[in-house]
Amino acid sequence: MDFRFDIVWGYAPLLLKGTGLTVGISFVSIWLGAILGLGIGFGKMSRKSWISWPVSAYVNFFRGTPLIVQALIVHYIVIPPILGTTNAIVAGIVTLSLNSAAYTAEIYRAGIQSIDRGQREAAYSLGMTPGQAMRFVILPQAVKRMIPAFGNEFIVLVKDSAMLAYIAVPELMYWSNAMKGQYLKVVEAYTTAALVYFILTYSLSKLLQFVERRL
Amino acid sequence: MGDPIIQVTDLCKSYGANTVLRSVNLEVRRQEVVVVIGPSGSGKSTLLRCLNLLEVPEQGDIRIEGRSLLDKGVRITEIRAEVGMVFQRFNLFPHMSVLDNITLSPVRVRKLPKEQAAVKAFELLRKVGLEDKANAAPDSLSGGQAQRVAIARALAMEPKIMLFDEPTSALDPEMVGEVLAVMKELAAEGMTMVVVTHEMGFAREVGDRVLFMERGSIVEEGTPQDVFDCPREERTRLFLSKVL
Repeated sequence: MDFRFDIVWGYAPLLLKGTGLTVGISFVSIWLGAILGLGIGFGKMSRKSWISWPVSAYVNFFRGTPLIVQALIVHYIVIPPILGTTNAIVAGIVTLSLNSAAYTAEIYRAGIQSIDRGQREAAYSLGMTPGQAMRFVILPQAVKRMIPAFGNEFIVLVKDSAMLAYIAVPELMYWSNAMKGQYLKVVEAYTTAALVYFILTYSLSKLLQFVERRL
Repeated sequence: MGDPIIQVTDLCKSYGANTVLRSVNLEVRRQEVVVVIGPSGSGKSTLLRCLNLLEVPEQGDIRIEGRSLLDKGVRITEIRAEVGMVFQRFNLFPHMSVLDNITLSPVRVRKLPKEQAAVKAFELLRKVGLEDKANAAPDSLSGGQAQRVAIARALAMEPKIMLFDEPTSALDPEMVGEVLAVMKELAAEGMTMVVVTHEMGFAREVGDRVLFMERGSIVEEGTPQDVFDCPREERTRLFLSKVL
């Protein structure tokens, strides 16, 4: 079997554009998911049931249903009434962010609850409010412990973004599918896609290792 | 000895079916050093932790300078800022230097300028004999040093009362003395102190009054001479015969 480099070469500009979109969507979704997840995480820790119950329902829904189903719901049911039209890229970012928030919320919660109770008590005994204790004492320590888990979650998100090809987001997987469709060459299409995804996730994990060492 | 600064009346606390404090009454006067002794599980730490509301009692009242901690309108953070606490396990903030540990609350809670807080912190570090450790990480300190930093950190808020929750129990024996020395100095300066401890020598030497607690109640109280030399209660005698 001979590997047709010329096909890959011919598709290179589109694959590159697709990779750019994969990186862009992942980057934005990671940020939105991490910010939203912080709110959700605090909501889950709340003792007020009117806060914690809906938040738990949210987490259960996004962890308990397939990402592809969530993407289809957001794309066809949620986004059109808001934007007046479908927009696959927006739907993709919204889906990945909402989904990621459900997981990062758990990372925040576990990280915060792993900090020794005595730290909070010491902060309180010095006159700090719960907010000050969280901001100056608990979170700075917790974030450091959260980084490996966040790294995992970010890598999962980059890989999951491949699923957005099914709602026609023109990202890396979409163009790999197009290449396979045009030349009926599965090996070239999918090994190329796999290689690019691997380079993306491997670089990301190296970057996070660097950040972890720096802290 | 001054006017009453802490007034505890009819304090009750339980965890589920387990009653920890049974109607405790206590009055501490300004500049008084009250030492609380008793077997583990007797409720002495819980009593102490009620005084700055780290534990919330079910019943009774706690007044600091006449203000009830349990009134709805009371800002508990304001009262906690006036009441320093030293913990058995130091509870230094491991992600910041010794200096930042001490200045954090003065800067964030008291809104003191950073430089001013640092000057004050160095003064306190000198007082506890650790001015060379200002930039050290808490992890690099010995237990005795860490506890002295914790005392300096509490003092940086210029509290009116200091609470000590078994401050030497987690220390290696050779480090107990350096911490007790700082506490003695503090008592000599007129600080109002409530100290939960197993250091009977300290209780006898520094305490103005000793309370013996057992099973959630204050069984006996008096001057160190009274309690240690001629205890009235059989339970006190029994406890002292085991620890002295």
